[in-house]
Amino acid sequence: MRRKEKFTIPGKYILFVFTVLCVGAMSLSFLTDFDGGVLNRISGYVLIPVQKGINTAGGWIRSRVENLEDLNKVKDENAMLREQVAELTLENNSLLQERYELEDLRELYDLDDEYSDLNKLAANVIGKDTGNWFNMFIIDKGAEDGILVDMNVIAGGGLVGIVTKTGPDWAQVRSIIDDMSNVSAMILKTSDLCYVRGDLQMMTEGTMQLNELRDPDDEVEPGDKVVTSHTSAKFHKGILIGYVNEIATDANNLTRSGSLTPAVDFEHLSTVLVITDLKQQVDTE
Amino acid sequence: MKRNIVIVLLILVCFLLQSTVFKTLSIASISPNLLIILTSSFGFMGGKKEGLWVGLLCGLLEDVFYGRLLGMHAVIYMYIGYANGYFNQIFYGEDIKLPLALISVSELIYGFGMYAVMFMMRSRFAVTYYMTRIILPELLYTIVVTLVLYRLIYFINLRLEDKDVRS
Repeated sequence: MRRKEKFTIPGKYILFVFTVLCVGAMSLSFLTDFDGGVLNRISGYVLIPVQKGINTAGGWIRSRVENLEDLNKVKDENAMLREQVAELTLENNSLLQERYELEDLRELYDLDDEYSDLNKLAANVIGKDTGNWFNMFIIDKGAEDGILVDMNVIAGGGLVGIVTKTGPDWAQVRSIIDDMSNVSAMILKTSDLCYVRGDLQMMTEGTMQLNELRDPDDEVEPGDKVVTSHTSAKFHKGILIGYVNEIATDANNLTRSGSLTPAVDFEHLSTVLVITDLKQQVDTE
Repeated sequence: MKRNIVIVLLILVCFLLQSTVFKTLSIASISPNLLIILTSSFGFMGGKKEGLWVGLLCGLLEDVFYGRLLGMHAVIYMYIGYANGYFNQIFYGEDIKLPLALISVSELIYGFGMYAVMFMMRSRFAVTYYMTRIILPELLYTIVVTLVLYRLIYFINLRLEDKDVRS
């Protein structure tokens, strides 16, 4: 009651003004690169320190709880592991053979050089998308640490996503499993190009869409490695995305589509590496 | 003034909890929506204008950090808060049925709004899938959280009104 006397502008006018402002901001951010400028800065300074704190505290508690659980598990595991050692020794031999094969392949694709030459910066995931529709997260490194929009983000050897927005000490990352993500990729074995798209519907099964693969000889099989392609405008070449899950010929008989399993465990991301080199772009103008 | 500060703090705390703690507590990768509880509650407890402001702030926070179109969440939350303000007259507080119903409806509208704007526009028409996989589980989880959180909000609101009258 008291508040109504103090403010004289009726609610519907405020509502109208902000609707216009928001729609304006929406079209502005849709049509141009505008990403909130000052808002990013202010909110970042207020919230990021707290968020970092919560995460450190949460991580500490979780690791304590896990320690206790682990103790019980360790005994059971020990017995199991002994059995596994025997098995693994056998497997190791066959793996050694595969390693030579891998080295050959790497040489073929110059993966090794590309990967280690790039500068990387470690960052912590400090917050995830508040809604359930998308797969964005924020990391604790931002413009002041040299993070720029379009930098690639990797974790555990696989592609995680791309930086889409930066604040002074935080950055927003869109993961590749996000419904709006689209990555130009290729099959490592055959160098056939394809597209990898995130899909909310397939996310629950832990897979992603694999589209428009040109593979006239039906060479691609489930289990093949999919990496980012050399034609991608924003992603560096040869970063592992995942493994082909299933593949079938499209109705047009020209291309093939299917699904792939990402190499990264997106449920338990806590630290990521940001590749601080942007992919070199050719100026077409 | 004190009321405004407390409300802003409450929003910040809920936003932080939602993007950190509740994400690790998520069940089948679904987490509850605390911000809609706040927006809706302050809508029917404080009136249209308060709902509008709370909604705007909640939406902006979400937009700045996790949105792709600045202002999209802000608009949805703002209208939800404003609409909840219409029920201010019939709100008495002791009963949890009306708040629960209003928060659930708000959550549903938010869910369908998000689907319509971000998914249907890109010709993803599997409504039933999104309904059963995202919207309804989120609604259920939000209701469970409401049962606890609403009492806290209601208590804070009572204390604030108390202070306002006395001062």
